[in-house]
Amino acid sequence: MPRPRVIIAKPGLDGHDRGAKVIARALRDAGMEVIYTGLRQTPEQIVTAALQEDADVIGLSILSGAHNHICPRVMDLLHEHGLDDVIVVVGGIIPDVDIPKLKAIGIDGIFLPGTPMQQIVDYIKTHVQTGQET
Amino acid sequence: MKARTDDIVARSASSKARERWERETLEPALSQSPERPGPFTTVSGRAVERLYGPEDVAEFDYARDAADPGEFPYTRGIHATGYRGKLWTMRQFAGYGTPEETNRRYRQLLAAGGTGLSVAFDLPTLMGRDPDHDLSLGEVGKCGVSIASIADMEALFAGIPLGEVTTSMTINSPAPMLLAMYLVAAERQGVSWQALAGTIQNDILKEFIAQKEFIYPPRPSMRLITDIFAFCMDQVPRWNTISVSGYHIREAGATAAQELAFTLRDGIEYVQAGVDAGLAVDGFVPRVSFFFNAHNDFFEELAKYRAARKIWAHVMRDRFGARDERSWKLRFHAQTAGVSLTAQQPYNNVVRTALQALAAVLGGTNSLHTNSLDEALALPTAEAATLALRTQQIIAHESGVASVVDPLGGSHFVERLTLDLEREAYEYFDRIDAMGGMIPAIERGYPQREIAESAYRYQQAVERREKIIVGVNGYVDESPAPVPTLYIDEQTAERQVAGVGEQRRTRDNGTVRRTLDALRRGAEGQANTMPLLIDAARASATVGEMCDALRDVWGEWTETPEI
Repeated sequence: MPRPRVIIAKPGLDGHDRGAKVIARALRDAGMEVIYTGLRQTPEQIVTAALQEDADVIGLSILSGAHNHICPRVMDLLHEHGLDDVIVVVGGIIPDVDIPKLKAIGIDGIFLPGTPMQQIVDYIKTHVQTGQET
Repeated sequence: MKARTDDIVARSASSKARERWERETLEPALSQSPERPGPFTTVSGRAVERLYGPEDVAEFDYARDAADPGEFPYTRGIHATGYRGKLWTMRQFAGYGTPEETNRRYRQLLAAGGTGLSVAFDLPTLMGRDPDHDLSLGEVGKCGVSIASIADMEALFAGIPLGEVTTSMTINSPAPMLLAMYLVAAERQGVSWQALAGTIQNDILKEFIAQKEFIYPPRPSMRLITDIFAFCMDQVPRWNTISVSGYHIREAGATAAQELAFTLRDGIEYVQAGVDAGLAVDGFVPRVSFFFNAHNDFFEELAKYRAARKIWAHVMRDRFGARDERSWKLRFHAQTAGVSLTAQQPYNNVVRTALQALAAVLGGTNSLHTNSLDEALALPTAEAATLALRTQQIIAHESGVASVVDPLGGSHFVERLTLDLEREAYEYFDRIDAMGGMIPAIERGYPQREIAESAYRYQQAVERREKIIVGVNGYVDESPAPVPTLYIDEQTAERQVAGVGEQRRTRDNGTVRRTLDALRRGAEGQANTMPLLIDAARASATVGEMCDALRDVWGEWTETPEI
């Protein structure tokens, strides 16, 4: 079973990267291939990275309130590039009222404050496995 | 001589007494009923003993290590009368949406008894981008107030007399631009700059280390900072030109010792930069201030502040030869730890904030922000912000702690922690000095890596349930009740984009171009950038335009991503 390839990205202007780095490390320690894009990535840069790195998963770290702009843009670009199979997960601060909007565009894994690292590891392993089995 | 011998005899007797206690009282107690599994560590992971007595601070010398308040090395406080003289400033950090909305929140806070203003800017402003820039999409007004030009700055303080309040602006890379705008706003209110008092955070080193809101590379960034030191010494003498920060370093995952060490070492770097720029130490250091986190571990935090004062006094007098005692006295603002607050069971956060605020007060903070209960969910509602302020007022007027200066001084535990934190800070100083200073240390990723390590270790401890977070990994609520939250929609962006468009249409664009050209030329040379920025601000140049002018000269700094 090939290792899941995960991109961890910080889209938008925000530089608070504690969560992104902790999750990146947890995924790496769990045996995944992790590429951390660094800060201030545009949706275009993130999707390009996913294409170049043949990523299974994109993890977006968003705490700034810009998710309603960033997430649809990322999903549209993935679609344009024929990358509909890439699983997108979001971690950070997402108001409850916005969660249905994210789910509606295909982001099912939304990880809010207090989520254990293991929960994210398990989610990715399960969903990438399922993807590879189909 | 006899006094020393008495001392040694007393300590030896004290150790024997402890051994007897362990044998006769502790051991039987443990065999009857073992202790909880622990580990008994602070939130930083520092192990603490079950008991502290005189033998645990054998080397402590009151005159050398503590001294009375208002006297070198100021461990017990910089003011002889402590809070009997003056309570700490209750300075609540606030800002969201449009300048008009934030202006309303400031007036509410002042009416509720806040004694200082503190501006939170949105990410576009923090990163030197106008509201209509591509990168600002989705970000305008979300994390703070959107300020694009002098018109916004004036609207922010409409009806608030700048000569009568003190304002702290949490702004770093574009601090010179926002300070220029504040000065012009004050000027337009008829307030003399000589009378103006306030603070800009203006601490770029911690951006490279922790918060990552940098624009320009390290060396030009330091030049902007020393330009401000020099300009304000002369023109705005009551202004705190920098707030050297540990808050963000701690929020990013540092331990208390790392927060203390990296913050003070950053302070050393700034003082050295000022000296290298030709400024007299006693000319600018009295206006250097600090900003620390007030985190969960009650005693570790208050010891941290005491250690900070002691270290800074020595470093200023002994390393830099400062003569003015105002240069020796560390003044700081504290903010309770945002990172410790939870999205689950938000009302618990009121309790966390109260305990953290109490630690800051017992540590002698000069200014304090208390977080709101909805911290992990959104920017504060007015009700949550008011309750946070009431928390400080209750501590000040009902708890009794403000009646005595440094009331926990003399506690064996507190003095032990203070000495230990001091020693650990100097060990970090030595390591960073050996690297050539904080800038080389940052360039090789040293503090960033230390922080990432501590952050990961802490998360592992939480997931192993060595650290219980009430409501999150213990005492969990299966059917949570939601709390009202502030939601910022895209109307702010629409208004701010329209506003900045209006500015660009109605101002004299020839003057703007001229001032921005002068700014670029000045930056390429040795000119002090502040007067040039003030000219640009007066002409209604925008934050983005001023920052872009300097981007043209210095380029942008990018960090090499590292897990």
